[in-house]
Parts: sequence; C-alpha cells; structure tokens
Amino acid sequence: MAEELHSLVAPYALDALDETDERSFEEHLALCERCRGELAGLREAAAALAYTAPATQPPPELKERILAQARSERPNVVPLRRKRNWTTTLGIAAAAAAAVAIGLGLWGATRSTGQDALARVLSRPGARVMAMGGSGVLAVAPDGEAALALRVADAPPGKTYEAWVIHANAARPAGLFRGAGVVKLARRVAKGSVVAVTVERAGGAPQPTQKPFLASQETT
Amino acid sequence: MSLLLTAAPPPAKAPRNLAHLSDESLLSLVASSDDNALAELYDRFGGIAYGLALRILRDESLAQDAVQEAFLGVWRTADRFLAERASASTWILTLVHRRAVDLVRREDRRRGDPLESAPEPAAAETVEEQATTRFQRRVVQEALRQLTPEQREALELGYYGGLSQSELAERLGQPLGTVKSRMFSGLGRLRELLGQAGLEESLSP
Repeated sequence: MAEELHSLVAPYALDALDETDERSFEEHLALCERCRGELAGLREAAAALAYTAPATQPPPELKERILAQARSERPNVVPLRRKRNWTTTLGIAAAAAAAVAIGLGLWGATRSTGQDALARVLSRPGARVMAMGGSGVLAVAPDGEAALALRVADAPPGKTYEAWVIHANAARPAGLFRGAGVVKLARRVAKGSVVAVTVERAGGAPQPTQKPFLASQETT
Repeated sequence: MSLLLTAAPPPAKAPRNLAHLSDESLLSLVASSDDNALAELYDRFGGIAYGLALRILRDESLAQDAVQEAFLGVWRTADRFLAERASASTWILTLVHRRAVDLVRREDRRRGDPLESAPEPAAAETVEEQATTRFQRRVVQEALRQLTPEQREALELGYYGGLSQSELAERLGQPLGTVKSRMFSGLGRLRELLGQAGLEESLSP
C-alpha cells in the first residue's frame, strides 16, 4: 500500500489525481518524509511548465478587482493571535526555506532578484521572523544578523527613520532609512533584545529622542 | 500657527518601489497585509498566471476567475508560505494551476485535446515579457526537448489537460503504471535539467 501511495507523488505534483486519490496521498504525505522531499523538487519542475504557456496580459480591471477584494479583507488578516503563531511557524520554516534555496540552485533565485538582506537572513537555518507592530517584519538569524521589511510612508522632509537595538535598557543605533523597503540592521541583535524604530532629525541621533512608533517583541 | 504647520505639506503618498525585493520578501510583506506587495507580485506573475489559466481553461472569464482566486489565496495564506519547501514562484504558480484545474474539472471543459486545440484567445495580447521570463521559458523549452517524447506527452497532458492520471492513461491507451512512471521520470529529469541550467547561468558573468 505504501509503495502504491509513493507512486502518486508525480501525478500529485501535476494536479493529476482525482479527489479520492488526492485525499489518500495527502494523508500519506503528512507521514512520509521521503514523499515530502520528493514532492518539493517535482513541484518546482511542474511549476516550471507554466512558463511554456504564452504569458498573456490579463485585462487591467482584474488587478483592481483582486486588490479591492484583498483590501476589503484586510481587517481580519492580522489578529494578535495569528501574529504569535506566525513567529513560530516562520521560525521553523526558515530552515526549510534555506534547504530549498540551496537545493533549487538558480532556478528559484533567478526569479528573485535574490540578494536582498531579508532573503539572506531568512535563508539562514534557525532564522526567526517577528511582526513589527503590523507594519512589517523583523527577521533575525541565530548569530544576530537581522533585517527589517517595513511598509511605512516616507519620512517627512528633514527627518529620517532610525532603527535601534535595545538590550538591557540601552538603545544602540542600528541604521537610518527614508521609507518603506528592506533595511539590513547595522548591528547584531542579541537574544532578549527589542528592535525599535523612531523618527529623528536627518542625519540620525546617538540616542532615541522620541518614543518608538514601531517595536518588536523581545527576541528569543 | 506654528512654523511646522505652515511648512511644506507631507509628500504625497507615492507608490513605493518594491522592484528590488525578492519574490520571497514580497510574500513576507503580503503576510503582514501589505497590498502594495501583493500588487507587485501580481505585476510579476499575473501574465504567466493568466497565460497558464487560459491554456488550461480556454475561456477568458474562467481564466480570470482562476487567477483572482489564486491571488486572493496568496493574500490569505502568505503566512503559510515559508512552511512550504518551495520558491515563491513555485508556490504562486501552484496555486494558480490548482484553481484552474479545479475550475476546468467543474466545467468539464476537457473534451477537446488540450495540446492540439489550445488556441490563444483573439483579444488577448502577449505580455511584454521581462527578460527573466523569456530566459526561463527558453530554459524550460530546451529542457523539455531533452525528455523522451513519451515523458513530454505525459507531462504536458497531465499539467495542461486537467485530467486525472486514470483519464490520462485511457486517453493514451497505456497502463496506469506506465503513465505514472513517465510522469515521475519526466518530472525528475526536468528538475535535473533545470538545476543544471540554473547552475551554468549562475557561473557565467
């Protein structure tokens, strides 16, 4: 029976199973590490087949429809409870992401412009991800290398955002940035730190002059 | 009135440029409910997604439904993405493929031959493709040429036909075991070839 189920991995990767077989295989998949490993590679190859269909411009209203619907669902998307789950799920998953990045070689990476700081931190085994007050995420590798990905408006004229690593009641500057995007922190984040962001005068400050408007939980 | 209030108004909310972010980083932002990141992913994959859905469904309105449901799936479940052992592009295209196959089965639009009669809809325009998309298409096509005709047929019918493996075996007049093994060896070989192609490319300047 097990062999029978193993043999469904390729048709499953192609979405070529009927409902009954699909259900049996998914039950099997939950228990079978070998099939999960195999599926990851076969899925990548199956998805590559999509590139042989001619890319076709969808009508512009489709994008608007999707975004409007997505925005209308947003209030339900980040309840507090989920954020907590999120940290653990992503933490566990970062190792898998790293394995994939290596296993896939460039096939995955060509698509990604690849080298941004967040992707690099996420690709490290044991990396953890935490929410930054609903405005983005903080990713921290086990050695403390860290990156922020934030969606914030540009800093007002004459001002800058400044990131801080706060540990044992001492805040140390960790980099300046102007607006949304990914920022690699200039300072390592030790366990038990809080990463925070303030608005400072252009050029930055040696110590925060304001209450942070974004802060992470204590890192673990 | 303080000076601050009469100073220049805050900059208009300009669309942010997310173009430098990887697909994976964009998905992390989508997981924190960033709709601009979703828009950027749509700009990157909408054309491929729609082309894929059209080829399977051969109906513009159904194909749009499939793409819409898939991208809303991205929006709703992006936080689960990292638990998948996949690149972001694979994850997204897998969602699109699934939705399209679900719809084609529901509509039972599979009577025609998915390979011979997959005309492009007259109204659709080909996307002005990014260089990376063109490059990937070339790599995949080159890799497919290196499979046996039987492997290629099993993959293309399996992926674009919306058929189950048993229907496929019937269509091909081959035992189920043969079809499964062609799919397995074909996908495995394809993966190997794509891995090599990627590696070569990364070594060249």
